[in-house]
Amino acid sequence: MFTRIAALIVKEFLQVFRDPRMKFVMFVSPIVQIMIFGYAATMDITNIPTAVYDMDNTKESRDIIRDFSYSKYFDIQNYLQKEEDIKYVMDRARIKAVIKFNHGFAQALTGNDSAPMQIIVDGTDSNAAQIILSYSGTIVNNYNARALQDRANIFIKRKNIYPSVELKDRQWFNVNLYSKNFYLPGVVAMIVTLMSLILTSMAIVREKEIGTMEQLIVSPIRSIELILGKIIPFGIIAIVQMVMVATVGVLWFNIPCIGSIPLLFGATLIYLLTSLGIGLFISTISSTQQEAMMAVFLFYFPAILLSGFAYPVANMPQWVQVITTVNPLKYYLVILRSIFLKGVGINVLWDEMLILLVMGVAVITLSSSRFQKNLG
Amino acid sequence: MNLRRTRAIFNKEFIQIWRDPRSLAMAFFIPMLLLVLFGYALSLDIDNIPMAVWNQDGSQTSMRFLDNFKLSKYFNIMGYYDNYPVMEHLVDKGKAMIIMVIPKHFSKQIQSNGIAPLQVIIDGSDSNTAQIALGYVNSVVYSYNQKFVKDALAVNSIANATPVDLRSRIWFNQDLDSKLFIVPGLIAIIMMIIAALLTSLTIAREWERGTMEQLISTPVRSIELIIGKFAPYFVIGFIDLVISVVVGIMLFGVPLRGSTVLLFVTSGIFLTGALMLGIYISVAAKSQLMASQMAILTSFLPTFMLSGFTYEIFNMPQWVQYITYLVPARYFIVILRGIYLKGVGIEALWPNIIALFIFSFIAVRLAIVKFKKKVA
Repeated sequence: MFTRIAALIVKEFLQVFRDPRMKFVMFVSPIVQIMIFGYAATMDITNIPTAVYDMDNTKESRDIIRDFSYSKYFDIQNYLQKEEDIKYVMDRARIKAVIKFNHGFAQALTGNDSAPMQIIVDGTDSNAAQIILSYSGTIVNNYNARALQDRANIFIKRKNIYPSVELKDRQWFNVNLYSKNFYLPGVVAMIVTLMSLILTSMAIVREKEIGTMEQLIVSPIRSIELILGKIIPFGIIAIVQMVMVATVGVLWFNIPCIGSIPLLFGATLIYLLTSLGIGLFISTISSTQQEAMMAVFLFYFPAILLSGFAYPVANMPQWVQVITTVNPLKYYLVILRSIFLKGVGINVLWDEMLILLVMGVAVITLSSSRFQKNLG
Repeated sequence: MNLRRTRAIFNKEFIQIWRDPRSLAMAFFIPMLLLVLFGYALSLDIDNIPMAVWNQDGSQTSMRFLDNFKLSKYFNIMGYYDNYPVMEHLVDKGKAMIIMVIPKHFSKQIQSNGIAPLQVIIDGSDSNTAQIALGYVNSVVYSYNQKFVKDALAVNSIANATPVDLRSRIWFNQDLDSKLFIVPGLIAIIMMIIAALLTSLTIAREWERGTMEQLISTPVRSIELIIGKFAPYFVIGFIDLVISVVVGIMLFGVPLRGSTVLLFVTSGIFLTGALMLGIYISVAAKSQLMASQMAILTSFLPTFMLSGFTYEIFNMPQWVQYITYLVPARYFIVILRGIYLKGVGIEALWPNIIALFIFSFIAVRLAIVKFKKKVA
């Protein structure tokens, strides 16, 4: 039995890597993916392209503009001269925010009045707009706090006559709030999932499509050996890719990996049961590779989007949250993030692991029996 | 170019698509699934942040301080606890995002005009949410503190108006609804996915099954073959476009403020380029597995990651920003959001439209040249 499985595994590897470009695609593509995610995928909004339209042009207005430009969040790129310019730069999406002062701003401010200033934000990207509003609010709040203190100091001539709450905040798990720490463990999950799904389903359907499946069936190989011979090589490729991506993440992007490495491998193996099983299942319902590829994405998109990879599960409507409980990727992602960032062990993660194990065994059993029926 | 032969290829391809009804059904179902997921399920809008509180002080003052968080829609005080391990466990399991500890003597410090420390611990694994949450905590604390200063000024009958009154105006998406941001961009993603999924396999399939030799031996010329293969998928892609536009407007209420004609014309240009890129991949790959991998690497990932669809381009490192200029969806997404939300036309969008033209032109040339070389 083992010699026959081994023969199949060797055949599968030979077939996949016969095209030398495939080696490149297999092992360079995960690296490219993690590079793109590591550098491009950031929700931390900084360097917001900003324009200023300052009709007041006084020391006071320039002070506030300076506060904006000194923060790393706003990148003041141009000074506008006319009201129409605001529409021009905003329409062309070159500028995301315009800071505007009317005449008489400084006068109102020095006269202890409330001096209005305006910030016009491009709301197209609602998330970025929200963050821009919160940053500008903080900058103006700080300015106001200083201004009020100054007033109080001048008029009351006593310092610290009012109490205050001082916020001492601390972040756990991701001390500098780097997006990449949040995303990169997820990239591992994405790559493992997509690779195992596509490779398994397309490799099996390919045999059906070109007619070599018949040859395999008439050979003395038994169906369980056929299944194992098909999923083991792709499981190995997925694990190798996982190791590559995780290594690049840790060494190049300095992602902390404070949890247990054996646990990482154990969880990945358990998860692969499900994802290889689904690949096997897709191969039983598809007659062309085209169909298999589409079916893979039909599963892959919702699995990724409803996993909490980029969009937090807690933000989803209740009924969607119920759906996510059957999403294996969600549990794998929780495990990966916990191992990489929180360093927690099996004592915290046992329930996720157990769910994945049950799912994996169920999926692989079901699709194997379907596969056997299909052959018979 | 002979129209009759082109038609024959078109008919053959069409029959082949028709005979595989499941692939065809998925070609329409996947876009709808993505629309529904993004429209209903996914949101980056953050409210009801779960917060665990340990009130060591327990005084009236501290309770009133906490009321500010209770009244804010951004926080949800999930419970009061009296030790760290329990709260830490809640954060480990992802049940609480913020731990707030009000130390002993909080009220004493406030009453004696001192500085009362407030301890806040935030789960930073999701850096984006953590940052926004921290901003909300800050602004609650800020207004709490400001009241003391203002009261002190008022008691001494000094003007206590807020010095700078920041008035924000949001253009294009007043309610900061993330749907309005995502749905127009999603059209570009859908076009690219459908094009890559469908055409990348179409010629590779003929190579793999050996039917390409038969096609080559017929009098059909390469340009006729490519156009005959391209046309049916263009029809499918265009139907997907219409579905997306209609669903976006009817179901999600995304306003289409600009010209519908311009929307369809620019989409047609983009779709042509995307399909031709798929054909180019298909010619180059020769095996369907290879083609699927190349399609993912060259069309999917850049479109998702580097187009500005979810991640703002201005946030990326400079060298990644240069790479984004090579991603056609980048231009198309600016056009889509411009037409939909800003209601602008050619006068503002022409540089992007020209870029799209160049992309499509290059893709068409590449597909034809590569094909001629392979056949020869």
